[in-house]
Amino acid sequence: MTIVKTRINRRSFLKASALAGGGMILSFSWLAGCKPTNEEEVLALPKEWFELNSYIKIGENGAVTLFNSSPEFGQNVQTSLPMILAEELDVDWNMVMVEQGNFAPRRFERQFAGGSQSIRQGWIPLRTVGATARQMLVNAAAQTWKVSTDEITTENGVLMHKASGKKAGYGEMASLAAKLPVPEDIKLKEKQDFKIVGSSKRNVDLKKIITGKPLFGIDHKVEGMKYASIIHPPAFGMKLKSFDATIALKMPGIQEVFVVNIFNNSYVRSFFDTATFPELIAVVGNSTWEVLQAKKSVNVEWENAAESTFMKTGFGGGDPFQATVPEGLESTAIHRTKMADSTRKPGRILRKDGDPEKAFKTAAKVLERTYTAPFLAHNTMEPANCFAHVTADQAVLYGATQWPDPISDTLSDSLGLPKEKIQINLARMGGGFGRRAYSHQLVEAALISQKAKAPIMMVYTREDDMTSGVYRPTYSATYRAALDENNNLLAFHVKAGGIPETPIHPNRFPAGAIENYLAESWEIPSNITVGAFRAPSSNFIAGAEQSFLDELAEEMGKDPIDFRLELLGRAIKNPVGERNDYDPERYAGVLKLVREKSQWDTLQSDVNRGVSAYFCHNSYVAEVLDIKMVNDKPVVENVYAAVDCGIVVNPDAAANMGEGAIVDGIGNAFYGELNFQDGVPQKNNFNTYRMIRMPEAPKKIDVHFVKNEHDPTGLGEPLFPPIFAALANALYKSTGKRLYNQPFITGLEGEDLMRL
Amino acid sequence: MAKYSLNINGKSLQVDVDPNTPLLWVLRDHLNLVGTKFGCGIAQCGACTVHIDGVALRSCSYPVSVVDDKQVLTIEGLSEDGDHPIQKAWMEHDVPQCGYCQAGQIMSAAALLSKNPSPSDTDIDAAMRGNICRCGTYVRIKKAIRTAANS
Repeated sequence: MTIVKTRINRRSFLKASALAGGGMILSFSWLAGCKPTNEEEVLALPKEWFELNSYIKIGENGAVTLFNSSPEFGQNVQTSLPMILAEELDVDWNMVMVEQGNFAPRRFERQFAGGSQSIRQGWIPLRTVGATARQMLVNAAAQTWKVSTDEITTENGVLMHKASGKKAGYGEMASLAAKLPVPEDIKLKEKQDFKIVGSSKRNVDLKKIITGKPLFGIDHKVEGMKYASIIHPPAFGMKLKSFDATIALKMPGIQEVFVVNIFNNSYVRSFFDTATFPELIAVVGNSTWEVLQAKKSVNVEWENAAESTFMKTGFGGGDPFQATVPEGLESTAIHRTKMADSTRKPGRILRKDGDPEKAFKTAAKVLERTYTAPFLAHNTMEPANCFAHVTADQAVLYGATQWPDPISDTLSDSLGLPKEKIQINLARMGGGFGRRAYSHQLVEAALISQKAKAPIMMVYTREDDMTSGVYRPTYSATYRAALDENNNLLAFHVKAGGIPETPIHPNRFPAGAIENYLAESWEIPSNITVGAFRAPSSNFIAGAEQSFLDELAEEMGKDPIDFRLELLGRAIKNPVGERNDYDPERYAGVLKLVREKSQWDTLQSDVNRGVSAYFCHNSYVAEVLDIKMVNDKPVVENVYAAVDCGIVVNPDAAANMGEGAIVDGIGNAFYGELNFQDGVPQKNNFNTYRMIRMPEAPKKIDVHFVKNEHDPTGLGEPLFPPIFAALANALYKSTGKRLYNQPFITGLEGEDLMRL
Repeated sequence: MAKYSLNINGKSLQVDVDPNTPLLWVLRDHLNLVGTKFGCGIAQCGACTVHIDGVALRSCSYPVSVVDDKQVLTIEGLSEDGDHPIQKAWMEHDVPQCGYCQAGQIMSAAALLSKNPSPSDTDIDAAMRGNICRCGTYVRIKKAIRTAANS
């Protein structure tokens, strides 16, 4: 029995009295069960709602509204987080409606989408919230029936007293329950008693999505709204010198053209205040098309930007420090030379076990390989946009952000309004992948609205979106393995870096599994802005490491799964060092499961397979990818994934996310690339930036979950990093060519993968 | 500016816009039909797919001046209540993740099935390759199209 203190989630129990009572206009198409609407159900909408806490309100007729406070960008928290609440509340999922909670730091905890953390960090707090509300309903029934609370049971939204045969729906007790004190010690359900958690529930917004209802920031409209877009410098390392909007202002529907500066000079930026071009030109008019046309007619003079500095805080806050933006117009060719130089120089030592230098000196054989990957653009399908209406005393925003909290500080400073006068309403996001943790577009829209004195919808073109930075960094990793004359592994060395960040995680596998181990890193400064991108840094280093282990296993004459299990066996029995941040048993578990599910040990005559495994964002994943050669071209047939993320809250949706991460990873591995020439990104739309399309997706993907009772961990990221190596290793088996540089398409000369 | 009378989802609707305005922005800005999405503006991603006289076309690159009296169908007009066989199959397979590209995917799939009720996998690939999904829901989209074809 788990007993928790409700204090851990104090804010969740603040009563928001304004929300109690009727007045919410909802249709039953909001029902989470997605049942067909009929007359009776519409009539059954509650006349009055009673708020039990910040996340739960119950109608007098037993209808239940659960709030999802986390931003939704396709990871399906809008369904899975309320499932956790509903489980402990013990209600019928078909009576549940879900609402997106807007940014409300006094009301909700942790409104953040990223790091695959929503389920992991929401698990105990939301169970506590649900169980507490249930206990308040039990207490209300006990008081009404004058019986002991211990004698009352609940099931599917009904309270029961067995001895007297009394029964009441939650709706009948909600009014009293809402007035009772919040109990302090709460019993959570036993995991084997879960009914909702662990059973697949459809996306609560499914019907709205497939019927084209307005759900996204870009769909928002209000009376009198104007449209706006921005013009940013054409190259990293450039800034605005001057502009002439005479022609643009004469164009139909154009209202104003002006400059906005995202940050005040004195403002100490947060880690997530990355904005490539803090000074922009804004064009405001009556319609999107007129604004986009006028943009092209603004004559702008750009100039090279000198080195500049600003004050910022690091990840998680802390003392401000000075950040420098270097000057210069950078090019990929020079990046490559600098990165190659860095791989040859000593790096910064992050971890050293044993005596790796000696082992390499005495080795009979050294295997050394270098892996690289380019900058990547996020390319969310919904381009950057935001609605804002700023008046003299308040600001209302509606848009896509993975993290409203840090940007609310920036908005307050830039608009000159107190934080409590800034309302950020959370739109469903048309993709995020990390990009929308950096929410400067909210500030841009708000400043444009403030200056234009009108509600505005600001929209980036795809070209604006793809060329305005905050990319996945470019990386390089050099791996070395020392072998004795009998092909025993003596030492392992990784030296990895990037522009401008290193991808290395020194305490991850295979650290802890090898006696002599060395991890070094290096970084090269740049003015090209970077940020989180689905499984930051893991999205590169996993592919490099797991490709190297594949080649090393081959060199040692071992099966690639056996080899990994041997290493993990060492980490289980006799780990090297103490700071190993993975559980080797669970790591081995996913490899064993994928071996079984893919029938790895049965020879597959018609396909060539690659295996890869990785642990990041608290979840373990192993993947096997099958390639079939069709007319001498590699075609991805099947992918098998084995995942250990503890309890799986919503299994089918979890599988969907896993399938998506695998497809996304294959696409980025094959095609993803953004290069630079004199500071100019060399691709700006999907005619040149190749994205994976249906014909290139695997024919079949099977996602299998390890069954255990560990508290759940996240899934948005962990299936993404290992697939890069599963693909590379299968391509090697298919073509005889080891691919060391992404995108792989460039290494497959003459192979037209876009076959039809 | 010019006045156009458009036939959209079976209704006659009037707009007064620049003749070069793409149908996408007429739908979104002027007619409040925002289910059709802006993705790339150059007919490369398929988010803006609508039917024009039954053919799936990219509305971002289709000027309003050439719509004439053609029948335009958007996601809002595909069915009364999400009950088109394609939409039902999308429900059954719980296809979407972020959902942004899905209206375009559904319109491409619906146009495919109206012409070819039993498409092969190659037919599906050919009809759907113009629609990008960054979330990577292609495997489910294909399953849903097969389900709808069999229904």
